[in-house]
Amino acid sequence: MPDDKIIRLKIKRQDQPDTKPYWQEIELPHKPRANVISCLMDIQMNPVTRDGQKVTPVVWECNCLEEVCGSCTMVINGKVRQSCTALVDALPQPIVLEPMSKFPMVRDLQVDRTRMFENLKKVKAWVHIDGTYDIGEGPVIPEKQRAKAYLLSECMTCGCCLEACPQFTKDNDFMGASTFSQVRLFNMHPTGAMESEERLETIMGEGGIADCGNAQSCVEVCPKKIPLTESIAEVGGETTLQLLKNLLLK
Amino acid sequence: MRKQRPSYIVIGGGLAGLAATMKLCEDKAKVTLVSYQPVKRSHSVCAQGGINAAIDTKGEGDSPEMHFYDTVKGGDFLANQPLVRDMCHQAPAIIRLMDRLGVAFNRTPEGHLEFRRFGGTLYSRTAFAGATTGQQLLYALDEQVRRYEHDGQVKKLEWHEYLSAVLDSENICRGAVLHDLRTGEIFTVKGDAVVLATGGPSQVYGKTTGSTVCNGVATTSAYLQGAKYANGEFIQVHPTAIPGQDKLRLMSESARGEGGRIWVPKKANDSRDPLTIPEEERYYFLEENHPRFGNLVPRDVASREIHDVVYNKKLGVGGQAMVYLDLTHQSAGFLEHRLGGILDIYSKFTGEDPKKVPMKIFPAVHYSMGGIWTDYEDDGNGLIDHQSPRNQMTSIQGLYAAGECDYQFHGANRLGANSLLSCIYTGLMMGPGLISYSQNLRAHFEDVPSTVFDQARDQWQERMQGFRQMNGKENPYVLHQDMGNILLANVLIVRENSKLEKALTEINDLETRFKDVQCLDTTHWSNPAPSMIQQLHCQIQLAKIITRGALIRNEFRGAHYKPEFDLNQPKDFDPHEYVEYIEKKQYGEIQEEEFPSGHVAYMKRFEECNERWLKTTIAEHKNNQPEISFEEVNTSLVQPRPRKYD
Repeated sequence: MPDDKIIRLKIKRQDQPDTKPYWQEIELPHKPRANVISCLMDIQMNPVTRDGQKVTPVVWECNCLEEVCGSCTMVINGKVRQSCTALVDALPQPIVLEPMSKFPMVRDLQVDRTRMFENLKKVKAWVHIDGTYDIGEGPVIPEKQRAKAYLLSECMTCGCCLEACPQFTKDNDFMGASTFSQVRLFNMHPTGAMESEERLETIMGEGGIADCGNAQSCVEVCPKKIPLTESIAEVGGETTLQLLKNLLLK
Repeated sequence: MRKQRPSYIVIGGGLAGLAATMKLCEDKAKVTLVSYQPVKRSHSVCAQGGINAAIDTKGEGDSPEMHFYDTVKGGDFLANQPLVRDMCHQAPAIIRLMDRLGVAFNRTPEGHLEFRRFGGTLYSRTAFAGATTGQQLLYALDEQVRRYEHDGQVKKLEWHEYLSAVLDSENICRGAVLHDLRTGEIFTVKGDAVVLATGGPSQVYGKTTGSTVCNGVATTSAYLQGAKYANGEFIQVHPTAIPGQDKLRLMSESARGEGGRIWVPKKANDSRDPLTIPEEERYYFLEENHPRFGNLVPRDVASREIHDVVYNKKLGVGGQAMVYLDLTHQSAGFLEHRLGGILDIYSKFTGEDPKKVPMKIFPAVHYSMGGIWTDYEDDGNGLIDHQSPRNQMTSIQGLYAAGECDYQFHGANRLGANSLLSCIYTGLMMGPGLISYSQNLRAHFEDVPSTVFDQARDQWQERMQGFRQMNGKENPYVLHQDMGNILLANVLIVRENSKLEKALTEINDLETRFKDVQCLDTTHWSNPAPSMIQQLHCQIQLAKIITRGALIRNEFRGAHYKPEFDLNQPKDFDPHEYVEYIEKKQYGEIQEEEFPSGHVAYMKRFEECNERWLKTTIAEHKNNQPEISFEEVNTSLVQPRPRKYD
């Protein structure tokens, strides 16, 4: 039920990838346990700005609303994060909503993160199995190692780490923390490790790990608290070894 | 010989869609994979607690046959048994496969798979990866499909919406009409078969545990094209969810599997801090009423008990619709290790630490046991013939369905950790049948005149244009919310015919209001407004299927609870008596005194009820209304009997 408080939002909007962005201010009745997404849903039911102008509902991306799908990343009060866990009562107002700036604009708060998925292809972020037929159990894995892998495998390709990274820009090829961390994950797995050299070779090339400026902003914004800098350090070490190996063997 | 490789269109990239895609690619097929969003973001990621397989690593005597029995019993015997049995027998192989794909399943000290308890069974049968098992399974399949995409076998059409199947003059499915959600373009794709793997319909109820894409639209579209929809009224209400404005977030059954206890203060409106309320002043109602299964009774049972405690006994926490789910007696380290992900969700959204204070939870709409009707072929030995093209085919030839969007496997109530299994199972199992379907087609989509595809596209262009031009007074999002509220108020845990009739009238009124909807955005780039109206149109039809099915089914079975038709099982009844009763009946008259007092009368009522209602509800679209009929259920393997979880 709404109480007598008001939620003030300032939203950056853009109709098309090549048109100019503009701002809209919208006020909503406050509701307990509201989050940024419930506010955007309330706007859909009454899309009117603070000065009474009827507008189109805001376009954004969301799905699970419980921070496991990675869809709803945006920049809220200057900080990149998932908007589902952005609880209104914990945010200073007006709540300023902007799209991520490092990915191609689609519309309003929606951007195109295809590049992240393409990077997963480049580094072969998968375990290459012989086939799906029942050929028995997987490798025995110590619980400690499993727990370490689990931390990395929670990466939901949300893009927070890349938005925060000074090295990652719209016009370069830098792969960024999330990709390097996935290299570490698959190189850790007993079967995945069989392709570890190929993965390392890929991130030794253009846009690879050597371009990391060690700003460490990635790990600060990761909603899943993935030890990204640890991954970068470890994979960085592995690439150095690989480089030496290449020099000696060639 | 046809030169072209078999090619398929898979709609939806959750566990079922990805499993099917992977399996088809392994058989050298080409797949077009269609999704509203990047498939890695599909709703399967929300599944938390685990996936069932009777591997019996703890010497408890578990077996696939026990898993089969628990599942059909959990579903109140409404599921077709050969399919359930086949799934349970395949389950161990599925877990081993997922393990090989790199899923970070929790391990034992020796490094093997760890299993935990879940509802509706007395065995430790549930493999898990922390408390984000669905996410971990989905990622493993997403990675395999990405590999095939990298190799050119899969073409992904993300940010696309499925509108309908393309049917030729013989009503055979030859492709799909799609809508590019960025450009707005409407076009067709051709394939040997179309697989709907589009998940559940929970958005029809508005606020639920579902993701925003779980809208039930693709299956309703198939229904509107003539496919049968089955058991629509069987909607699972999960006992434990966190109240919220935009969503009711699931609190996994694994919280109870790891020792979580449900309770309320014995005194109504007790305002004390729960931690200061002494043991003897707490009412652990599940444990008291069900000593054997305790907090791990099946979901329908638990939800009804919570409903009863809150609304009939008026014992909700603080007088509100909430009960405690308490884990505070477990050590913080144990909880972090086994349930970390879900406890994080609770603290992020409520600001309270469930390791220190009991969680406040309430039931929420969670899963649909019903869905689009699908076929199967058994092998004569109580399992499935995996080569049969009939497996998972809807009543439209060439249109298949898998995962939550089909109606098989879970009967009248699904057991926890069986949905991840049924999704992966159907996706994998249907592969060989789809291939043989292609191989045995007399004519392929290449032979179908292009006018068939053009007409389908033109019709949809016109339709979507019509939605775009709607300029009435009704806000479609408000209408959607109103629809959800009608169902939440009338078609939920406790169902009464007078309220169901009222709901049907209200849905019809809503349909009238729909004609006066306004399309809130008429631009041509990345505009969700016309799609939203088309989705709402389908959802109104689906609301009718659910409600009419519920109205007509005059019995109490699983999640479908009508107090008026409760058979009132005697307290001291033992379900085995019924098996004995059926056996004795074959050899002559039953003597009342052979059974405890009142039991024969109860068993007669039970038998009559099954004769009338142990049937699949079928809804078919006739004159803009669902026409309901009934179909036999295959109960050839286990004698249906009364459920009891005391």
